[in-house]
Amino acid sequence: MPVTNREGNTAMKIRTLRRHVREGVKNLWRNGWMSFASISAVTITLLILGVFLILAMNINYFAQSVEKQVEIRVFLDVLATQDHVKQVEENIKAIPEVSSVEFIPKDEGLRQFKESLGEKAYLFEGLEEDNPLPDAFVVKTKDPKQTAAVAAKIKNFQYVESLNYGEGTVEKLFAWTSALRNVGIVFIAGLGFTAMFLIANTIKLTIVARRREIEIMKLVGATNWFIRWPFFVEGLLMGIIGALIPIILLTSGYYYLLDAIKSSFEASQLFTLLPLFPLMYQVSGALLAIGAFIGIWGSLVSVRRFLRV
Amino acid sequence: MILIEMFDVWKTYPNGTHALKGINIRIEKGEFVYVVGPSGAGKSTFIKLMYREEKPTKGQIFLGGFNVSRIKERQIPLVRRSIGVVFQDFKLLPTLTVYENVAFAMEVIEANPKLIKPRVMDVLGLVKLKHKAKMLPSELSGGEQQRVALARALVNNPGIIIADEPTGNLDPDTSWEIMHLFEEINQRGTTVVMATHNREIVNTMRKRVVAIEAGQIARDEQRGEYGYED
Repeated sequence: MPVTNREGNTAMKIRTLRRHVREGVKNLWRNGWMSFASISAVTITLLILGVFLILAMNINYFAQSVEKQVEIRVFLDVLATQDHVKQVEENIKAIPEVSSVEFIPKDEGLRQFKESLGEKAYLFEGLEEDNPLPDAFVVKTKDPKQTAAVAAKIKNFQYVESLNYGEGTVEKLFAWTSALRNVGIVFIAGLGFTAMFLIANTIKLTIVARRREIEIMKLVGATNWFIRWPFFVEGLLMGIIGALIPIILLTSGYYYLLDAIKSSFEASQLFTLLPLFPLMYQVSGALLAIGAFIGIWGSLVSVRRFLRV
Repeated sequence: MILIEMFDVWKTYPNGTHALKGINIRIEKGEFVYVVGPSGAGKSTFIKLMYREEKPTKGQIFLGGFNVSRIKERQIPLVRRSIGVVFQDFKLLPTLTVYENVAFAMEVIEANPKLIKPRVMDVLGLVKLKHKAKMLPSELSGGEQQRVALARALVNNPGIIIADEPTGNLDPDTSWEIMHLFEEINQRGTTVVMATHNREIVNTMRKRVVAIEAGQIARDEQRGEYGYED
């Protein structure tokens, strides 16, 4: 009577898979407090991680939008003729780093200037007849970091009277944004590792509590994978449950934050955050993946030691 | 037919202890063998080598067609399925009932679930514990617990039962009960290898006796005596 399955059957039967999932869930319940501690560790870590992720992505977004606004204003010699203007434009376009050149004739320049003054624009009424402003170009570079180099080149062109790109301020801004980005990455990596060790340690405790069970399984001839699977499921569940809680908290928290900002900073251009979606899809995906990875990794690392019976 | 065979088996532990020094033995199918000897003489190591809890430092061990000294890690479960092991401390799972403890051994080797219930009830009948199937180990006496452990060892139909001091924790009457079960199992064709300190049993229920002293086989007699004063 073939009572046992003597072949090393690698393809797992559905029935066996069901058993492992059932055992994994049962273990999660049976070790109630320890599971709770594990899940809490994942939750807290991923919550902090999530806050940092959202912060980092918004800083990134802010930095990018600021970087995008960086432009060079090139003012031409008032005496430059139309041919000269054309020539300068050709020269600027010939610089490989330049992405766009926009010509702003002096009339347009004056209009923009008056617009920026708002109500006091009447003070300059009538200047159109004798416009003191020079013609200008607004130059944008492909990579905002090339602004200074491109500006230096343009400065040497003939008929370029002066230019302005917020020297110093731009460099400072870039230094700040990249520093913020680096600090964020280091922080997130550090937190991720802390979470992993916390979880590996907690799952190790739950396995120690089941040492006898594993010993007996080994003695009656269970395969290593048969023993590993329930722990794998348990770790995975802890990681996923631990990730779901911060996902819910962060999504609702961010939703209310956006709402609050919208009502108090009405129409403010300066302070824009990323919209709820797709940001929360990305953050949720990352947290779920990290949670699952941490849980599986923690359980497998811990179970390895006990399989050498 | 030879079931277990050892050729010049040595075992030295990492701490330098020479547990076994050149063991040669043959055990035929259907035999009943007592392994006796003073504590620390190598009995436990000898037993552990058979179910591959320990690996020999030197020498060859054959067991039911497997070269136990050479098999790969992932083949160990296959060897263990042909052996039933019984211990002094029973090693039952306290949270599972008697039935569940026995069924556990079939579940973890992925036996056909339809066969589990009849087979478990069958072995529980053999050890006369059918009526206590729903009880927890803590509700049973020591002898009853050891009978559950024996049922678990038997449930997968192994050709060999290896027992390490199975009566070590039991009173004399209960010990005899257990020994009669072992004898019954043996008479049904299962080979039994049992390490024991029980002089009365060895001298009364006469079987082959292998005495291990200082890591070597000092004596190997059919229908032998215990031969120690302890």
